[in-house]
Parts: sequence; structure tokens; C-alpha cells
Amino acid sequence: MISNLAKAGWRFKQPSVIPGFGLTLGFTLAYLALIVLIPLTGLVFRSASLGFSGFWHVATDPRTVNALKISFGTSLVAALVNVFFGVIVAWVLVRYRFPGRRIVDAIVDLPFALPTAVAGIALTALYSKNGWIGQWLDVIGIKVAYTPIGITIALIFIGLPFVVRTVQPVMEEIRKEVEEAAATLGANRFQTITRVLLPGLQPAILTGFALAFARAVGEYGSVIFIAGNLPYVSEIAPLLIVIRLEEFDYAGATAIATIMLLISFFMLFVINLIQAWSRRRYGYGA
Amino acid sequence: MDVRVSGVRKEFDRFPALHDVSLDINSGELIALLGPSGSGKTTLLRLIAGLETPTEGKVFFGDEDASLKSVQERNVGFVFQHYALFRHMTVIDNVGFGLKVRPNSSRPSKDEIRRRSAELLDFVQLSGLEKRYPAQLSGGQRQRVALARAMAIEPRVLLLDEPFGALDAKVRKELRRWLREIHDKTKHTTVFVTHDQDEALELADRVVVMSQGRIEQIGSPDEVYDRPNSPFVYSFIGESSALDVNVDKSELWLGDQALGMRSDLPDGEAQLYFRPHDVELVDDSGARIAGKIIASRRVGATRRVELEINGAKGRVEIEIPADHPARETSLIAFRPKHWRVFPKN
Repeated sequence: MISNLAKAGWRFKQPSVIPGFGLTLGFTLAYLALIVLIPLTGLVFRSASLGFSGFWHVATDPRTVNALKISFGTSLVAALVNVFFGVIVAWVLVRYRFPGRRIVDAIVDLPFALPTAVAGIALTALYSKNGWIGQWLDVIGIKVAYTPIGITIALIFIGLPFVVRTVQPVMEEIRKEVEEAAATLGANRFQTITRVLLPGLQPAILTGFALAFARAVGEYGSVIFIAGNLPYVSEIAPLLIVIRLEEFDYAGATAIATIMLLISFFMLFVINLIQAWSRRRYGYGA
Repeated sequence: MDVRVSGVRKEFDRFPALHDVSLDINSGELIALLGPSGSGKTTLLRLIAGLETPTEGKVFFGDEDASLKSVQERNVGFVFQHYALFRHMTVIDNVGFGLKVRPNSSRPSKDEIRRRSAELLDFVQLSGLEKRYPAQLSGGQRQRVALARAMAIEPRVLLLDEPFGALDAKVRKELRRWLREIHDKTKHTTVFVTHDQDEALELADRVVVMSQGRIEQIGSPDEVYDRPNSPFVYSFIGESSALDVNVDKSELWLGDQALGMRSDLPDGEAQLYFRPHDVELVDDSGARIAGKIIASRRVGATRRVELEINGAKGRVEIEIPADHPARETSLIAFRPKHWRVFPKN
């Protein structure tokens, strides 16, 4: 058996009852190259024209560093907040039947559909110093609009559906029996949720987190209205790229873009590794 | 621990699932709840566990009214048909779960939990698989883990809901024998639900036959098989044949022929029940049931024939020796050795 396998070795194409492997793989690769890889390669290629020292100069420029910090920092906080509240929203939608449930379910998708600029303007109107919510926050000395807090709120808004929509179907699959088993074994409700239900949802939550985070890092439209865009304080990296472009500093713009690309790729890669590890453990698709 | 179910009624959205069910389970007994789907057997089991609350009536563990206690407080071991293992925990963590969630005051130390879980895994013959995840086990192994997990909390009662229902026939037979051994060793009071009569008859000390939310009969496997007390039990357990007859002055009549059988039933229409294999073939022309063979097929060591009975509508099946000369369309006469008559409803 073992020698047989060794002889066969690794073959590129396994015989399969599902035809069209070559065709679909070819199509997938061509499509990915056209849509994703070629533009990104162009990006890296363009920023390479700066040379290493030029690139390093852009990368260590305090304004760039601050913009990147703000972008990734607010995205991280927003994604974490979304994980917390998104799971609760998904729980309510899956577990309870109440009048208007379908409407709430539909509202969750609104941030997907709404032009993000509209969301940005609406949020700014709400949270600015004389807005509905902003005026009360102003009394207790919290400024939301034109600060990183405002950016975070906009990013929470656009990221919510990603967590809800990835967690919801997995939550629907949880058998009632598993909770009942925990109860007969003496676990109270809190223990059942923290030790049985949430760990089982962990892969889905992680995926939702990754999607919400990735979306937030790339967000532009809603943020620029509420951010105020003060350099070093509330200027996000995508905006800085646009500013560089308007200055006809194409190399500088692509350099910042390349740095964002690298950081994003690294983070998504790490999240995927964690995913693969937990999938293997729980026996999904193994 | 004795378990007493007293006058329990259960309705789901006003649809009755159990009507006034009472049942006494003795300490250390292995009891089967047997019935077709929709008979209320699983509902009864879940009521004992506390996973459902009765609309009326009470459940006692010993002298204590368990109806007032939550599932968590009842300390029952429950095994589900589809295992319901925690898939993000290793096998040994699954088994130890019930001990780990205890409050500080009664929780054993980590080492102690580990030791006891390993011991139980050894007991269910799964040592060596401690580090596996449920997804990496076969169905039979998963159900053993589920049983070990239920036993880890030292339950007062073990409740098993169709424990072998999701397994293939061979594994099911193995586990059946194995569960009997486990029960003989641990002497846990055990109640299991099944729709498989072989399982119930082979495994249980007593069988509770249920139908449409009511208990039809409670008795040892011999009692429910040999002395069924209702047409339902007769036809649900084992093979049975039924024949329309008339009772006239305590005498059974098939058409205008007296069968030489007596019954206490009042005069009127009735049904005669007997087992197809529990008949004797007769040649004399006296009191007997005669019929024409319509169909015959070989079943194992015997031949099963379908008869059209003279003077009665409907057909009955009986078993005859495989080498009996009778063939299709030939006439044959028999007399049931054991039988019961029930009023026709």
C-alpha cells in the first residue's frame, strides 16, 4: 500500500468523476490574474520606481505612519466591536421569533447597499457638535465627529453585516441537543454559552472579523465625511493616497498603497492560518 | 434510585403528547420505552430528565419531588440519538465536562477530573483516543464517549434516547450487548427509548409499550411477548395474525362453525389474535380453522403461507414446516396453540 502510494507520487490531476477540472482551474487562474494580480503587480511595480531609499522615506514619513496607524487601529477596534455586537444581533435573529424580525433581518443588510458617502454624511450630521447625538456627547466632553472615534463609528456601521451574515448560518446549525446535553451535565446558561456555544462558533466569528476588518481598512467614502481629515490626527491612509494622487505624486501614492497591501495580506494570512488550524481540529471538511 | 412518574400529562400547543401516564421504575432496573414514532416515549424520557415540564403530574426521584428541580439540579445522565458531543473539545474534555462545570465547592481538582475521565474512557473501551476530536471517531465510538460523559457526573438515573438509532445494524448489535454488560456492572437505574422491539426485548428487564401517548402494557419481555394485553401490543411486538370472529354465549364462532374456543367477552363481534408460528396443523374435521393457501414463501427454516379462510373475510398468515406438502391453492387446517380474543372496535 505504502510503496504503491510512493510510486504514484503526487499527481497534478487526480482522476475524478467531476469533469472540467482543467477548464475551471484555468478559468479561475486567468480570472484572478486579470482582476486581482495584474493590477496589484502594477501597483508594486510602480512604487518600485522610487527605489529602496525613496520607498523607505515614504514609509517612515510621520504623516504616512500616522495615517496607517489610524487606518489599521480604527479598523481593528471597529471589527472587534462588530464581533461583539454582531454575534448578539445574529443570536437574536436566530434564536427568537418576534414581530418585525424579518424587518430587522433586512436592516442588517442596509450598510451593504447604501452608498457609503450617504452613510458618512448621515453619521456626521448625527455626531457633529450640534447634531442629535453629538450635542449631548459634547456636554460630557466627548467629541466624536472629526476624531478617530468618528472614524471608528463609520467603520462599525459598514462592517456590521459581515459579522452577522457569517455567524448567522453557523448559529442556525447548532443543534438544540448540544445545549440540552450541557444542561443535563449541570452547566448553567452562562457556562453553556461561554464553553459550548461560542467556541463552536469561533471559526465563523473569526471569518466575520476578518471580513469586517478588511472592509474597514479599505473604506473611504463614509470615513472622509466624519473624519475631518486632520493630518496626524484623523487622516486615514486611503485618503492620504488620494491626496498624493492629487499632487501628481503617483510613486508616493503607490508606495503607501503597497505598504497597506503588505500589512493587509499579512493579517489576512495569519487569520487564515488560524482558521485552517481550527478547521482541522473540529473536523470541518477534513 | 427509584423513579416514579405519577399522573403525568403533557401538551404541546394544546396537542396532547402524553395522557395521564404513571410508571414506577425500581432502583437498578433497565427499562425500555418501546413504541412507534409519535407514541410519546421520547417525551416521557425528556420529562424524567427535566428537559420538558409536565402540563400536569409529577416526577419523583426516590421520595423527592424532582418536578420542582431544574435539569441541572436533577443530576441525570442523558444520551442523545445523535451523540450531541461538543465538537471543539477532545474526547477526554467531553467526558470531564460535567465535572468541570460544577461550582467550586464540589468540583474535583484538575488532576482528579483527568484521572476519572481517563478511567471512564477505559471503562467504555476507548483508552488511547483521549486526544481525538469527536469528528475523528466512528459513530459507535462517539456514542460510547457520550455514555462515558453521561456517567461521569455519577447520575442518579441514566436516560438514553434511541441510543443506537443512528448506527448501522452490526454496530448496533454489538453496542446492545455491551450496554447490558455495562449496566450489570454499574447497576445504574437506566431508561432507554427505542422503536426496535428486538432491542427492547433483548436488553430490558421490563418493557413499557406505548402508543398514542398512553402506556399499553408494562411487563417483562416474556410477559409482553407471550401475554399481550391489547390488539396493539399483539401486532406491534412480534408477528401476529388476526381473524374476525363472533362471540355467542362465551363460544367463538367463525361464520357458522364453532371453533371450540371459549371467551369471557360479551356476545358480539370480536377479533381472534394468535402468533403465526404458534399453531398446530390438524387433519380432523372437528373444531379448526380451515383455509386455502393463496401465497407461500420460504422464510428461513419454515414456510410462511397466506390463507383465505372459509367463512371469513380477510386473510391470515401462519407458519408451516418447510417440507410440508401443501402448495398454493391446496386446503389446510390449523388450530392456534395460544391465542387471545379482543372485542372488535
